[in-house]
Amino acid sequence: MRANCWMGKNDVRVVDVPDPKILNPHDAIVRITSTAICGSDLHLYNGFIPTMEKGDILGHEFMGEVVEVGREVRKLKVGDRVVVPFPIACGKCLSCESHLFSVCENSNPNAWMAEKLWGYSPAGIFGYSHMLGGYAGGQAEYARVPYADVGPIKVPDGMSDEQALFLSDIFPTGYMGADNCNIKPGDTIAVWGCGPVGQFAIRSAFMLGAERVIAIDRFAYRLRMAEEAGAETLDYEEVDVHDALKEMTGGRGPDGCIDAVGMEAHGLGLAGAYDRAKQALSLETDRTFALRQAIMNCRNGGTVSVIGVYGGFIDKFPMGSVVNRSLTIKAGQAHVQHYMPILMERIQKGEIDPSFCVTHTMRLEDAPKGYDIFLNKQDECMKVVLKT
Amino acid sequence: MAIQDSRQDSRIERNPEATARPAGPSTRDLARHRPQGPTGGEGLAKAIGWFSIGLGLAAVAAPRGMARTIGVPGGSDDRDVMLAVGLREIVSGLGVLSRDRPAGWMWARVGGDAMDLTLLAAAMASEHADRNRLAGALAAVAGITALDILCAQRLESEGIAAGAAEAAQSPRSRSRRAARREEDRPHRYAVQVRRVITINRPREEIYAFWRDLRNLPRFMSHLEAVETIDDRRSHWRATGPGGTSVAWDAEITEDRPNELLAWRSMPGADVDNAGWVRFEAAPGGRGTVVRVDLHYTPPAGRVGAMVAKLFGRSPDQEVQEDLRKLKQVMETGEVTKSDATFGRLRHPGQPPTRAEIEAHG
Ligand SMILES: NC(=O)c1ccc[n+]([C@@H]2O[C@H](COP(=O)([O-])OP(=O)(O)OC[C@H]3O[C@@H](n4cnc5c(N)ncnc54)[C@H](O)[C@@H]3O)[C@@H](O)[C@H]2O)c1
Ligand SMILES: [Zn+2]
Ligand SMILES: [Zn+2]
Repeated sequence: MRANCWMGKNDVRVVDVPDPKILNPHDAIVRITSTAICGSDLHLYNGFIPTMEKGDILGHEFMGEVVEVGREVRKLKVGDRVVVPFPIACGKCLSCESHLFSVCENSNPNAWMAEKLWGYSPAGIFGYSHMLGGYAGGQAEYARVPYADVGPIKVPDGMSDEQALFLSDIFPTGYMGADNCNIKPGDTIAVWGCGPVGQFAIRSAFMLGAERVIAIDRFAYRLRMAEEAGAETLDYEEVDVHDALKEMTGGRGPDGCIDAVGMEAHGLGLAGAYDRAKQALSLETDRTFALRQAIMNCRNGGTVSVIGVYGGFIDKFPMGSVVNRSLTIKAGQAHVQHYMPILMERIQKGEIDPSFCVTHTMRLEDAPKGYDIFLNKQDECMKVVLKT
Repeated sequence: MAIQDSRQDSRIERNPEATARPAGPSTRDLARHRPQGPTGGEGLAKAIGWFSIGLGLAAVAAPRGMARTIGVPGGSDDRDVMLAVGLREIVSGLGVLSRDRPAGWMWARVGGDAMDLTLLAAAMASEHADRNRLAGALAAVAGITALDILCAQRLESEGIAAGAAEAAQSPRSRSRRAARREEDRPHRYAVQVRRVITINRPREEIYAFWRDLRNLPRFMSHLEAVETIDDRRSHWRATGPGGTSVAWDAEITEDRPNELLAWRSMPGADVDNAGWVRFEAAPGGRGTVVRVDLHYTPPAGRVGAMVAKLFGRSPDQEVQEDLRKLKQVMETGEVTKSDATFGRLRHPGQPPTRAEIEAHG
């Protein structure tokens, strides 16, 4: 089959690879119809996540049709149309039973690598480095899906690929970002980053009862899309974010601050230059400009919800602000399996149409071009969907 | 409500059974042991020490090759630098291994790492260098630095804790404790491993699975087969170093259903070994804590054990991986496999071919 492979930093290529096969009794094989490029893929593309190997198939947002099932698969059958969650979860361990699916205790066969870096290992993830399992990803014609009865859910007839696809990652991720803010009526939520994840966080914050959402980015077209959802916006290159937020919230700060930017935050001034230099020298693995701002701007006793991805170690972390002002930090890779049914229902009820974010539809063969324009925010690119 | 909260709510009630932990030698001798393996700073230090020596030897034996591996052209300047780096690695590795409390040497390694990072960063700037490889090396060294710092910190805090405990005791009780520790150590075996895992299944089920020794090869990767001879005796076949095949007869020396199982090889075994496994109810009804002790002397004796440590995975890690597989089998009914599981060294994250699947078995 054809698949989009990581060949090195800033180098992805669509090449021929062997077809996936059933390896375990709970596996299914899915023929992929639509698959997307995620901001998380950009961290791999830019070489910031360790333990990538030349030839790794990328992609963790995908859906399609079941073409083969292992002998222990009960719920899915050949012909079902499904969307697949990006974290791989067994459904049986204590974490899965507690619905913390993205920290499944069984799905990472390379858990020892993650333990070296993080102490304990989270779940395996499709197409996301060897430290997170060494699983082939979904930017391909077919994919093997382990624990097929746990993750994938069926897509109802009449729902388009573009409406269902983002249940695999960015809709649950944005929703979890808002959910973790424990929103109460009257709350104001600030969202750093108006990429696809930020867009879903903004919409989810409103769904969960926020009165105001303030969205922060520097790309006008992304801020415009945030406004369309009812958010007030700040261009952090134009205004001082701290002053502006203070002014807008009557001097208190937002009740919840969501970091939907992650480890490659664009930074301004001295702090920005500092992070860039340290990251380039591998003395700090992650750039934390947005996270620092989210902490410093949160109201006393508020919540900082981190859904942007970080990989390793950070510097100049304002712990004093967290402790002395009683902040709560919540973080995580999305527990997609937990949120999928809830959000599927919201889509079916017409509360949201996730296809709003799709700006580019291309063939799988054009994946390298897709990465390039998504990375460089060319052509007002928000979300690239690849078709096989 | 956010789901992290719901987990706490639903898990907070306590299982009365949980406090009724099995007594016996198992729990007592555990308390006497200092932390071992990669969870304690010392185990980590040992691993880093050996890694250091291995890296150092490679850099000294083949400075040009090593230079090229990390992405610099390997001219005579680069060779000299590699030699220096190699010698430093060996010295610090030996230092870490030879000391009882290697914290000082670990901090020396952190200094060495800083030197590597500086050299690599300088090489990055040179126009002949292969940036991709260098970046890889940089990332690796940065990772090692992080490990070194972590390890040095752990050793320091262990040192402080041990020192405080020691100081709180009279000299007499201190020497008695030391003597007891000596007794614990069965000098008969070159390799001693202790590992633990929690499995989300009842004790009875895991005990029953283990008690049928024929199941062991399902999760112990080096075992080929175990055949039972009678209720206590069994015949074991395993893959030894370098793909050799080794075999022995073993007998069960203690069997307390749902609590403990101990076994030992019979005289004349290729691999002299003994082991026991204990099953304890985890607190809060959260499954079963499985503790394993394995003692053995590999075919080539102590030297063999050292060589295996240098070039293979450490026995600690082997056993940990086996326990992980046990957990997978008990909880999900299968051993977790990814695409990277196939192939001899590391397989890229793309589907294995039929031939690779067959070769893997
Ligand atoms: N936790 C999860 O489960 C999960 C899932 C998917 C994605 N993610 C992560 O979410 C993050 C965003 O993903 P995306 O697909 O939206 O990516 P993206 O790159 O399209 O969006 C990031 C946005 O952040 C903006 N930004 C950069 N620096 C900023 C700053 N200092 N202040 C404010 N905005 C800034 C950029 O302009 C961009 O619009 C990534 O880190 C990704 O890895 C996490
Ligand atoms: Zn994603
Ligand atoms: Zn699980």
